[in-house]
Amino acid sequence: MTLVGRSFIALVLIFLYAPIAVMVLMGFNASDLYALPFTPSLHWYEELAGNDRLIAASRNSVLVALVTAILATLLGTLAALALSRRTFRGRTLLRLLLLPPIAIPWLITGTAMLVFFFWTGIGRGLHAMILGHVALALPYVVLVVGTGLAALRTDLEEAAMSLGSTPIHAFRAVTLPLLAPSLVAAALFAFAVSLDQFVVSYFLAAPGVSTLPVEIYSSIRKGFTPEINAVSTILLGASVALFLVFAVLTKVGGEK
Amino acid sequence: MNGVEVRGIAKSFGTTRVLDDVALGFADGAFTSLLGPSGSGKTTLLRIIGGFEAPDAGTVTIGGEDVTRTPLWRRRIGMVFQSYALFPHMSVAENVAYGLHRQNIRGAAAKAEVARALALVELEGFDARRPKQLSGGQQQRVALARAIVTKPRVLLLDEPLSALDRRLRQSMQVELRRIQRDSGLTTIFVTHDQEEALTLSDRVAILDGGRIVQEGAPADIYERPATLFAATFLGDANLFAGTVRGGAIETASGLFRSTDPLPPDATPVTLAVRPERLILLAEGATIPEGFNSLEARLRLIVYAGPISTVLLTTPDGTEMKAFCHSGDAPNDLPGAALRLAWSPAHTIVLRS
Repeated sequence: MTLVGRSFIALVLIFLYAPIAVMVLMGFNASDLYALPFTPSLHWYEELAGNDRLIAASRNSVLVALVTAILATLLGTLAALALSRRTFRGRTLLRLLLLPPIAIPWLITGTAMLVFFFWTGIGRGLHAMILGHVALALPYVVLVVGTGLAALRTDLEEAAMSLGSTPIHAFRAVTLPLLAPSLVAAALFAFAVSLDQFVVSYFLAAPGVSTLPVEIYSSIRKGFTPEINAVSTILLGASVALFLVFAVLTKVGGEK
Repeated sequence: MNGVEVRGIAKSFGTTRVLDDVALGFADGAFTSLLGPSGSGKTTLLRIIGGFEAPDAGTVTIGGEDVTRTPLWRRRIGMVFQSYALFPHMSVAENVAYGLHRQNIRGAAAKAEVARALALVELEGFDARRPKQLSGGQQQRVALARAIVTKPRVLLLDEPLSALDRRLRQSMQVELRRIQRDSGLTTIFVTHDQEEALTLSDRVAILDGGRIVQEGAPADIYERPATLFAATFLGDANLFAGTVRGGAIETASGLFRSTDPLPPDATPVTLAVRPERLILLAEGATIPEGFNSLEARLRLIVYAGPISTVLLTTPDGTEMKAFCHSGDAPNDLPGAALRLAWSPAHTIVLRS
């Protein structure tokens, strides 16, 4: 590759990762004003350990993301199965209706949910956030699982049934293992959508009950401390680990 | 006894009628081909027998037992799919053992059965491979082993050889026939390949437009096609449209005779003559006693190794085709006049 080409790729990578690198580094810098020279310190991590608000918010974030991932994957997989394996009235309409929410700005979705949850008495809080996040994640799950199902031949289940499997057993023994990589991908997608979510969470957070992005936002408004860098670094590490798990799983579960 | 019998089978998909009052018997232990062009309903009939589809009307019996309402997983059939449908996440041995496990045959007993089935299809030592690591022909054999290891009452094959190349297909045909004879399984084979149907089968049923057009032993069907469709779909045929007149058939190419029973005078019929039944007479040779004969112009000789195809045009413009051994092919140039003769016994009368 030419020097120009290499430099260009290097620039792209710097563009992508430099801000993150600065953030991670500053979490380990003793100064609270980002002053150089760089003095290594775990001071901000110690501070973070004593910050109950940030820790509680982190716990909420992970909890909401986990529950969202489970619920959205379950419901989305059932929807994807119905859409791809059954014929019923309004199937095409339903399939079409599942996609626009991806394109609707979250600000609008969030406002709509706030109004709707207020009006129906669901209110605000973690349960409302979970409901909202599941709704946000569902289209992604249906897309991912639907694509996985489309790649699976239906005659595999037929073959299993001709060999004596009931439809339910054929699904468990043949379809489910082959669909596993798609299910993992869908669950991770849902988890990420929830963990990342700020706008909808901000609207649905109850006083004293919030998630990490909401808490970070409030902290920044009050005054930025490198504690945020520390907590962000931890979050970043967790996301990367999750991504790696997925990459390994799909390689093991996938064909080849 | 595991003969199969279908009666009054009808099936529509939406507004398209795929099968229309189909009745057919498959003798116990016989190899029967369902032959027809795509869209003739042959695969749908196979899927109805297997229980993959439910018929709109009619009954399916296996060994005298009415299985029309028996779900697929309780019908005890073996199916080989066109795409083989091997389970990609299982090894060859696990694929073959799948049906045994469903019958609660496990452990050493299952292992022995799997080994026997793999030996039958000559795939010893392939147990641990994944389907992805096998060639098309090997995958086909695994699919066959998986279908027969459970000792099904009927073996159903949906164009299992169509994805293989010609040479492999021919060797698999021989294999398939050997395995079928050894196992004595009642076998129903769907194909659109007429040669395959003729070579493999004890019986052939020709389907067209959702109906059985003709059913019989391969030689009978080939030599005595009952309809114009059967005559042209199964092999080549020279056709003459004509009308019955005084014990013979009047056509634009001449007056021809047939040993077939004739309908009453003035009935329109079509005559069919197989290309290999036409004799090309040498210059000055006499026409055999009682034979039909006509003069035609040579158009082209197509050489294909042992056999040559001679293409001719009659004076009234009918195109004809004759097969002869390449050694006996005429030396004439295109445009030469040749005399053709054929026996009334090989003149098939088809009612239009």
